[in-house]
Amino acid sequence: MLMVKNPARSRRQRTSSHDGFLQYRNFRWAKIAAAICVAAIAAYLMIDVQPRPNGGSAEGYILGTIGALLILWLTLLGVRKRAMTPGRWSLKAWTSAHVYLGLSLIVIATLHTGFQFGWNVHTLAYALMMLVIASGIWGISMYGALPKALSDNREMMTETQMLEALRSIDRQLHDAAQPLDQHHADLVQSSLEQDPFGGGLWARLTGRYRRCATRAAQAELRREGAFRPKLADDPLERIDTLLERKGAILHRVRRHLRLKALLEVWLYVHVPVTFALISALSAHIVSVFFYW
Amino acid sequence: MSDAFRIAIVGSGPAGLSAAGRAAELGLSHVLLEKTDHLSDTIYKYQKGKHVMATPVQLALRSPLDFDAGKREAVLGTWDEQTAKHGVNVMYHAEVKAITGQAGDFTLALTDGREVKAETVILAIGTQGNPNLMRCPIEDGAVVQYTLDDPAEYNDEHITVVGGGDAGIENALGLAAEAAQGNSVTLCNRSAEFSTAKGPNVAALLGARDAGRMQVLTETTPAKVEKGWITFDTRDGELRIRCDRVIARMGSAPPRAFVEACCAEFEEKDDPRNPGRTMRGVKAGTGVQFTSSDRLAYPILSPTFETTVPGIFVIGALAGYPLIKHCMNQGYDVVEFINGNTQLKPADEPILEKKFAALPKGREVSEWLEVLRTNIGILQGLSPLQMREFMLDSDVRVYQPGEVIFVRGAREDSLFAIAEGSVLVEVNPQDPSITVPIGTGEIFGEVGLISGRTRGATIRAAERSIIVEISRLAALRLQRQVPSAQKEITRISIERQLLQLFKAGLTKEDVAEVVAGAEVRTVRAGEAVISEGEQGSDVFVIRSGSMIVEKAVGGKPVFLSYVPAGSFVGEMALIDGGLRTATVKAAIKADVIRLPGEAFARLMAKKPALEARVRQDMEARRIVNSFVEERKHSFSGAVDLYSQTAKFLIDEGIGEATDVLLIDENLCVGCDNCEKACADSHDGLSRLDREAGKTYAHLHVPTSCRHCEHPHCMADCPPNAIHRGADGEVFIDDTCIGCGNCQRNCPYGVIRMDKVPPKKPSLLSWLFLGLGPGPGEPSHEWSVENSKGEKPKKAIKCDMCAGIDGGPACVRACPTGAAIRVSPDEFLTVARLEA
Repeated sequence: MLMVKNPARSRRQRTSSHDGFLQYRNFRWAKIAAAICVAAIAAYLMIDVQPRPNGGSAEGYILGTIGALLILWLTLLGVRKRAMTPGRWSLKAWTSAHVYLGLSLIVIATLHTGFQFGWNVHTLAYALMMLVIASGIWGISMYGALPKALSDNREMMTETQMLEALRSIDRQLHDAAQPLDQHHADLVQSSLEQDPFGGGLWARLTGRYRRCATRAAQAELRREGAFRPKLADDPLERIDTLLERKGAILHRVRRHLRLKALLEVWLYVHVPVTFALISALSAHIVSVFFYW
Repeated sequence: MSDAFRIAIVGSGPAGLSAAGRAAELGLSHVLLEKTDHLSDTIYKYQKGKHVMATPVQLALRSPLDFDAGKREAVLGTWDEQTAKHGVNVMYHAEVKAITGQAGDFTLALTDGREVKAETVILAIGTQGNPNLMRCPIEDGAVVQYTLDDPAEYNDEHITVVGGGDAGIENALGLAAEAAQGNSVTLCNRSAEFSTAKGPNVAALLGARDAGRMQVLTETTPAKVEKGWITFDTRDGELRIRCDRVIARMGSAPPRAFVEACCAEFEEKDDPRNPGRTMRGVKAGTGVQFTSSDRLAYPILSPTFETTVPGIFVIGALAGYPLIKHCMNQGYDVVEFINGNTQLKPADEPILEKKFAALPKGREVSEWLEVLRTNIGILQGLSPLQMREFMLDSDVRVYQPGEVIFVRGAREDSLFAIAEGSVLVEVNPQDPSITVPIGTGEIFGEVGLISGRTRGATIRAAERSIIVEISRLAALRLQRQVPSAQKEITRISIERQLLQLFKAGLTKEDVAEVVAGAEVRTVRAGEAVISEGEQGSDVFVIRSGSMIVEKAVGGKPVFLSYVPAGSFVGEMALIDGGLRTATVKAAIKADVIRLPGEAFARLMAKKPALEARVRQDMEARRIVNSFVEERKHSFSGAVDLYSQTAKFLIDEGIGEATDVLLIDENLCVGCDNCEKACADSHDGLSRLDREAGKTYAHLHVPTSCRHCEHPHCMADCPPNAIHRGADGEVFIDDTCIGCGNCQRNCPYGVIRMDKVPPKKPSLLSWLFLGLGPGPGEPSHEWSVENSKGEKPKKAIKCDMCAGIDGGPACVRACPTGAAIRVSPDEFLTVARLEA
């Protein structure tokens, strides 16, 4: 990690002390979350609730209220991220708090249940919450592991440039295929016509494209070419070079899309399940008061 | 054409048209000479539908022709119609080759052999100039052209495009775009790189070459053009290829040579380009004279726009006024002057009246101008006309005793001059009672002007004072117009810089010897002023730009430190004796002051306090040196990485930055929230491109403004709309006319030209109702669909979120902490190694 000594000379406040959201302010939110958890566990162990620990006791209500409010506040990160209001806030601090306080919910909510589980709306809310947290942990691990790979794979190219390079090679392939016979032209055509990123979510997430026409065309050309006499200025040689280059750039774009998809896909669990959680939570709260 | 016209006007741009219109209104015999077949060629050549702006807004238009901001077609249409209505006598296809004679009897020779006689001549030819011509021999019958209107006109030809600028590349690509056209296109460029062309153009050119659609020859110049063939000089010898048509796009020559030769006497002189040979040159003191030999200098003009040749007048861009309104007003004014109207007050009179309103009563504008001009030393070389123009870009204020003029640390780059009274400089920030006076007629604030760095001291008025604040642009123009002013500013700046830098109770008299021996030198990026291991005792003060200090460790140069403008280097060898211990080279083009070592040593011997101060600085540097030396074995990997990273950042132009956005790609998840936040904080347009830009060791420099010390974008802004704000941000104000000069001048490609999109529905209505395009920059389609009315394209760039509480949105909105903003002197310190 790069560190910058801040002489704080400029008039404008700089935050050039450079740390990621996990280390933010020397793990401030990790410490706060840990303190909350320790306090909650200590209280759980020290207070002897009769007949057994449950969500309906005073302690249970306190934990439940804290948990419910936390869930609502954690959901607000999505608003904070999109509402570009002025003021001295930092989304990094919000993310840091979101992560650690979100993790503390594991302890708070579990203690709130008093370890009473069943096939009901209460446990549904709990299960949904754990699912949200699990997807969040998965997301953080992606955030930790993938940015470096994304950066390395780009090699300073932007996505637009990659796609432009691909289009440029396609144009060259199209021009170079003009003198070919029908069979070879069809092979090139199959590479030009195919959507190289089609193949659904699975292909996108694994980066494996089984029916890649470019690769197939090149393999076929090489298979045939192995026994053909070498000609000077053979148009198939040029096609082969172009297919090779197309294959390389395709590999890069697919990897790029794969990494981006992995960085995002967990949110498609995290966010919708959060809304499911909030409705289950509402049902849980209404029902406990209604049937009490 | 034997009858002489009263007025001949050369050039039918806004200035010339307005002059001709006024002459027609007054019933004066006149002729308007235009070299093309249409009026106002420069605006005619604007792209279709371009929005033409009418700034400065506060300036009243005084012209027989109407002009209002609007589309190019509307502006030209109005002018065509009104020119005809006024009965202006226009002569088309009339390109003036030479002007001879004297007032009352000028002869204008045209390129087609015709001649026009006139009593007075108004030159309104602008600064576009004529295209540079091919210098090699051209055989009769060979086709060489300097423009290309429609590439689709040419089919099945061998065409050679000469010149690798944007114009040449775009022409070549156009000619080779359609394979069906059957053109065989060759582009030749003098150098190996296409340094003057835009990145995307170069990429497209190289793409076309790789696709075999055209041939690109670099390090090649044409040697001979024959019918059907062209011969090149290439790096590897001569090359002769088929060529039916040459399209030469080699830039254009400014019209200065033509203007200087008007009514001049000629003599044989030494040719500066070919030593030993002579050439025909203008005899000194004849013809239309310019203020200096500077490439950007303007002709010397009287208050009535008359040049040093009586009877020849210069107006418009050629006189130094690039804005359309100025030009049109001058066209009107100059005809009035020629017609004997001496009472005419310039159109800018009300603006100056307003500027002088706060001054003591009892003097008219022209009297005040004269007072300022005669009282202030550096302004004495200005003509009254230049003085008027000068004050339009400057401000004058009355300060009461004790009132602060500027404070230490402020980021401003204007120059101040004292017309009446005096000021006190608080040289010691700890004790404001220690002051140094500056008196009437002198200047202050020149350090900010020259280095672009913050103010070094707080300055207060000592008594009731009248002080002129000269904007950076006006100060630069002043130095171009008046060489003596430039010399004086340089001398004072060296003297003050030394006094301020070394403090230690030095006086002007103390440093006089050092200042006398000092020399200002411009250093190219990468050039060393001090080389490790060489003899030398001179001390260098960095006046502008910045330097890096390197030391060879184990055969490899290791980056030691970054030295910003306003610091000095080279003191170690002077104090310790011996050889230089490190190399100091320019990070970007820099100005340094070389102080002779012996004189400096004598000064130190006289002033022990100075020596103590220099030793103190040296100690800090020595610690860094030994730190690196000490670790080079244990941490060689870390030192190497640090050194390489620092080099990378310097290569990316961080050396001239004051505040730059960096992205740590170990943390960046590519969410583009920085771009969205930027767009949402500024009218819906993002001023940064996160993904584009270079990366080294996962440190990414995105395409976003670095707020250079000497912003390239400011260099040529017709309405002077680019300024530096209080926190050092370089921003563009509302007077932008959308000309795109700043975009072209920015070497980092961080300025975009775009229309402000319509307002979006609120975030909540997007979240709950799905209205609008959501956070971030709306898509182009959405903007077009929802726009009402015609909006001009304007230049858009980062303003560091000035005025927005909380600071730069890009950093605040980064969820992972990948985005940081740093200044190079904070970031490029060896301290990073200790972490």
